[in-house]
Amino acid sequence: MNWADRIAPTVKAIPPSGIRRFFDIAAEMKGVISLGVGEPDFITPWHIRESCIHGLHRGYTSYTSNYGLLELREEITKSLHKDYQVTYDPRQEVLVTVGVSEGLDLAMRALLGPGDEVLVPEPCYVSYKSCVTLAGGTPITIPTSAENEFRITAEQLEKYVTPRTKILLIGYPNNPTGAIMSREDLEGIAAFALKHDLIVISDEIYAKLTYDGTHTCFSSLPGMRDRTIVLNGFSKAYAMTGWRIGYAVSNVEFIAAMTKIHQYTMLCTPITAQIAAIEALKSGEKNVEHMVSEYNYRRRLIFNGFRQMGLDCFEPKGAFYIFPSIKQTGLTSLEFAEQLLMAEKVALVPGDAFGESGEGFVRCSYATSTKNITEALERIGRFIKNIKK
Amino acid sequence: MKELLECLERDHTQTPEQLAIMLNKPVEEIAALIKKYQDEKVIVKYQTIIDWEKAGIDNVTAVIEVRITPQREVGFDAIAERIYRYSEVRSLYLMSGGYDLSVTVEGASLKEVADFVSTKLSTIDGVVSTTTHFMLKKYKFAGVIIKDEEEEHRLVVSP
Repeated sequence: MNWADRIAPTVKAIPPSGIRRFFDIAAEMKGVISLGVGEPDFITPWHIRESCIHGLHRGYTSYTSNYGLLELREEITKSLHKDYQVTYDPRQEVLVTVGVSEGLDLAMRALLGPGDEVLVPEPCYVSYKSCVTLAGGTPITIPTSAENEFRITAEQLEKYVTPRTKILLIGYPNNPTGAIMSREDLEGIAAFALKHDLIVISDEIYAKLTYDGTHTCFSSLPGMRDRTIVLNGFSKAYAMTGWRIGYAVSNVEFIAAMTKIHQYTMLCTPITAQIAAIEALKSGEKNVEHMVSEYNYRRRLIFNGFRQMGLDCFEPKGAFYIFPSIKQTGLTSLEFAEQLLMAEKVALVPGDAFGESGEGFVRCSYATSTKNITEALERIGRFIKNIKK
Repeated sequence: MKELLECLERDHTQTPEQLAIMLNKPVEEIAALIKKYQDEKVIVKYQTIIDWEKAGIDNVTAVIEVRITPQREVGFDAIAERIYRYSEVRSLYLMSGGYDLSVTVEGASLKEVADFVSTKLSTIDGVVSTTTHFMLKKYKFAGVIIKDEEEEHRLVVSP
């Protein structure tokens, strides 16, 4: 019996994550310094963990509303208003999700019909295109380049828009490039969305990790609030990846549609994580500031290191990734990553794992100690010198 | 420059070159600032935190509550000085509340610490009483958890 034949065609059509294979090799090796980790090296601040423990002591072990605890939704809307002056009704316009990943899946499933097209700038987070495909849509990739600091422009998007285009999916600060979009950049995109009557899904999970200037929430732009689904969460800013908690905010209709799917598939986000998230929003700001300044130190250190090595490297302005070009080595991204791992035991992620336009680049995460960064840079420098010989 | 001092407080082995990159300042400026802070005794001293228990070297620490009679014009300072000059004294604070001075004393043995308290500390003029608390276990010192069990559990590579 060939069970593989029984798998749904949509699922079969999706390529496995490019990171997976690499992980298997790296996980087996000893003494590896990893710049391949897409999550903070900090542990969730103690007061947040403690609030969850306290919640368990008090017996908070039940389901919550499908939307999530009202107190959490209120804290979310308060923080969005404080940070970006954008207003949402906590009762109807917020959905607490199992990370941004679930939020993205829900948004796509709630909005896409067969053949609807979604504009997806690349390189991008690994699940974007697959989520579109799984929801029955068609991802249309838009390559970005280091020359334009991995940003998108309305002019460029115009070339890809068709009558079937329904959604523009953006993620800034960006994983894997570390790119950000300024308010002016985003205003151009907003005008484009308005012109073509598009819905914008904005993944802003790295919003608080912005080092140059301030982050602009897409829905805070004039006329964009109801047209946008903002996805955000606690994983990166509060070092809460394993808690799996995020949220979506948008107009009443979109949130209701997403909640309909959520109630049948997920029911609710674990109450333990929701309690911790309330504490994060109420008293976590100081921790965020500390972590952001640490990432910023490391960002400068690693950027300087790659520049000293003579690699073409765009200066990342957000998230905790740097995306140097390795084209001058003559190797493909995958060859570079594999050979570096074997020769010097440094793990990073080949750029093509994030889409075709990531080829020729590698993603390095600086969510690791300065000691590790310094040692990794030394090893990478040695590796490149040996290639050039 | 608060950031520089915070970086140094966390890890003083970082070179001026590395600090300059991290703080986005010229290396000359960072080196000059460090020198200035050292000269002005803003940076008092660089020290190392050692887990002596792990090193297999026994010592005894006691925290002693000391009540004293303040003296005219100098208040608590003169007696404090007579106490902190002893090399056995690791730290000394003037406290509010039920006693005046908190003295941390380290010695090689219980007897050594006890001798210090009975023959040196309690005999100082102006010392009214002492209450000695021997330290049983050190969990956290100078902001550092001594036996930090929060290991890294992250996957080697993740998206």
